Amino acid sequence: MSASVAISGAIRTPLGEFWRRFRRQRLAMFAGLVIVALAASAVFAPWIAPFDPSAPDYDNLLDGPTLLHLCGTDAYGRDILSRIIWGGRVSLTVGFLSVALGGVAGVVIGLVSGFFGGLIDSVLMRLMDVLLAFPGIVLAIGVVAVLGPGIDNVIYAIAVFSVPVFARLVRGNTLSLKQTLYVQAARSIGVGKSALMLRHILPGAMPGVIVYASLRLGTSILTAASLSFIGLGARPPSPEWGAMLSDGRSFLGVADHLTLFPGIAIFVTVLAFNVLGDGLRDALDQKLR
Amino acid sequence: MTPLLDITDLTVAFATDGAPVTVIHGLDLAVASGETVALVGESGSGKSVTSLAITRLLDYTGGRISGGRIAYTDAQGAVQDLAAATPQTMRALRGPEIAMVFQEPMTSLNPVLRVGEQIAEAVRLHQGLDEAAALAEARRLLARVRIADPDRQLRRYPFELSGGMRQRVMIAMALSCRPRLLIADEPTTALDVTVQAQVLRLLRGLQAETGMGMIFITHDMGVVAELADRVAVMQHGRKVEDGSVGQIFAAPQHPYTRALLAAVPVLGALSGQTLPRPFDIAGTKLPPQDTVRDETPVLEITDLVTRFDVRRNFRLRGRVHAVEQVSLAVRPGETLALVGESGCGKSTTGRSVIGLETPTSGMIRLDGDDITRSTAASDRRLHREIQFVFQDPFASLNPRLTVGFSIAEPMRTHDIAHGAEAERRVHDLLAEVGLTPEHAQRYPHELSGGQRQRVCIARALASEPRLIIADEAVAALDVSIRAQVVNLMMELQRRRGLAMLFISHDMAVVERVSHRVAVMYLGQIVEIGPRQAVFTNPAHAYTARLLAAVPVPDPARRDRSLDLDDSEVPSPLRALSDPPIVRPLIEIGPDHFVARHSVGGRY
Repeated sequence: MSASVAISGAIRTPLGEFWRRFRRQRLAMFAGLVIVALAASAVFAPWIAPFDPSAPDYDNLLDGPTLLHLCGTDAYGRDILSRIIWGGRVSLTVGFLSVALGGVAGVVIGLVSGFFGGLIDSVLMRLMDVLLAFPGIVLAIGVVAVLGPGIDNVIYAIAVFSVPVFARLVRGNTLSLKQTLYVQAARSIGVGKSALMLRHILPGAMPGVIVYASLRLGTSILTAASLSFIGLGARPPSPEWGAMLSDGRSFLGVADHLTLFPGIAIFVTVLAFNVLGDGLRDALDQKLR
Repeated sequence: MTPLLDITDLTVAFATDGAPVTVIHGLDLAVASGETVALVGESGSGKSVTSLAITRLLDYTGGRISGGRIAYTDAQGAVQDLAAATPQTMRALRGPEIAMVFQEPMTSLNPVLRVGEQIAEAVRLHQGLDEAAALAEARRLLARVRIADPDRQLRRYPFELSGGMRQRVMIAMALSCRPRLLIADEPTTALDVTVQAQVLRLLRGLQAETGMGMIFITHDMGVVAELADRVAVMQHGRKVEDGSVGQIFAAPQHPYTRALLAAVPVLGALSGQTLPRPFDIAGTKLPPQDTVRDETPVLEITDLVTRFDVRRNFRLRGRVHAVEQVSLAVRPGETLALVGESGCGKSTTGRSVIGLETPTSGMIRLDGDDITRSTAASDRRLHREIQFVFQDPFASLNPRLTVGFSIAEPMRTHDIAHGAEAERRVHDLLAEVGLTPEHAQRYPHELSGGQRQRVCIARALASEPRLIIADEAVAALDVSIRAQVVNLMMELQRRRGLAMLFISHDMAVVERVSHRVAVMYLGQIVEIGPRQAVFTNPAHAYTARLLAAVPVPDPARRDRSLDLDDSEVPSPLRALSDPPIVRPLIEIGPDHFVARHSVGGRY
């Protein structure tokens, strides 16, 4: 009743509708801006970072924050701010790639599983259950142990443990969307299986996937940092945030800024992705009226 | 004497992104004790908002009373202005003074609490009785709303009850505190006609016993004629006419009231005619629908059986016999109506034809060719030549696709047209169903209910089918829109020689559209024959019961149905060892067949 009053004049597309609602989420908008800024600083690191991230400054070892080195220097006299900016390249790449890989694989598995049901569903879902049964970090350690340490393998490891959650999420959505009248209507027209899945079911499942991907990005960055921290991820000279934490651990109490600033970087990034995810959920979840 | 409720100059507004939208403009309405006032209007006319304003449940929906006075005289004789009452005052009034019954009895009952506990809770809160006394009172209330075996029903959960029973439970809850004003918001809209008749009679009886005032919100003029003392007609948030029920029906003053009454399908309007005829809209008389061609039936179903297994703990516990040995045929240009109440298997029959359900046995022929065995080729043909129109047009359109895309989908799927050619055809189809090419760019949520159903019909026509299965296709539409859509379907039938399987529970609409009628009961066809024969001379007890329950939009004929059959329709769920008996159909007139078997214990 009020809907018929509200819709007048301009055509509203689902995308426009999403943007209209998302814009009202001030905090999520801010989080989105933070992420854009982080990504931009990572991309343009060579021009933004004040120093070479691996150039030592032997005059300033373990210096606290100064006007010259805004976040201080580490045990080799490397500028921590520059390392964080460069490290953002590693962390964000790991986050985006692992979520993209795991998300795509999970979405495909979930869609196929939910749509066809039966034996395919049982086999795929038991497989996912096996993966889900391991605590994420243990699974990642296992994968890295098999593939060997290194940042590429960290991406695969994190992707693997993202797959089952995406698969579960999409399978659930597929099961309920499969029952909607518009999917039945499409069936009654004779629309083929692939078109049913890709045109009628997948778009309906995507809002959930997008929201979850955003939350998952935070978790993935955190996991990558953890793996680096225990020496299974990025190798020492690399300015990865977890590796920086690991380096700084020996100087806790002597030079706290070694762990403080990379920690803040991780915290801010993960928080921003989570806030963004919540905002996306509020903007996307609401049914089109 | 001061009236129980006296609304003067009520204005209600809802907050939106921009300026607040006023949905009720200066409404005046009065209700006396023992009086039933029907609030009539189409969707969006503000009748439900009015009821929310009276109970001030409006405060929880984002709406606001922006002006006017709602004077309510309470049991002590004190007059209170509900428009200005505090939440505390309102909470004390809701229940003991003012009670509400809503449209959807399933969602207004708490699914995890037993029926008895829910009624007892209302009793405990407002009458201060202890647990045992409250339960006893709940049992008494259930008996009062004519629920058989109240002791057993008290312990059941809402999902175990039928729709009619749930609505009676809601009424029992509303009455638990002996309210002096009952507001019923479309309480029978979701119910079958025979159940609706039972609930209406119950409400009338209860009102006579308690002397409460009643506001009855409905869009169904037949129900109004059955129940109301006075009628207020609303349109776009304004009251356009107000008068006694006799006045409104005999001499409607406002053009909108007249249009509303003219659009109401009246059962028996075509009783002297063999052929169906479209509604007379705006005074134009359309010719009878002489479109039936005596050719090979487009669709022929023989002994169709569809059963659903019910499993619990991996063991087969029973079967739902949704469709049992149904045979029917539809010829080109013919409309066969499949009527019956919810759960009788009429929808399942339609869905089995197009493969949305898998038939257990039987044969389906399309133009004489057996297509029961689903192959890729037969499926293609089936999905191209038979199209389905669903009850809910909004839910059957993908909300993420434009209307044009949805209409073009059958063309793409069946390789009929692509690109610019498809676009041209979409525009033609939109014009054919009375929309404009601009609508192709819209999304379903931007259209009204009637427009959406037109889009669904356009989509159904896109593959140039020979048969359309319309499953309650007009049931969700407002009366005036319903008449338009029915006329559109009949016009398309005439123009394209379409055959139609018209699945409906609305006997008055069925009388308008159908050449032949098949009545279904518990999965079986109990009577099938020419429309005129079935309607004027129903041979089966169930057909007669169905026809008798239809509310007549004529207040003068109100008290005709005092000995209505109050029994519940039995469940189609049966034990494995207990298959239903299908009685053969006996010919009792030209093309008129009837099954001789028992209904509700009678033959």
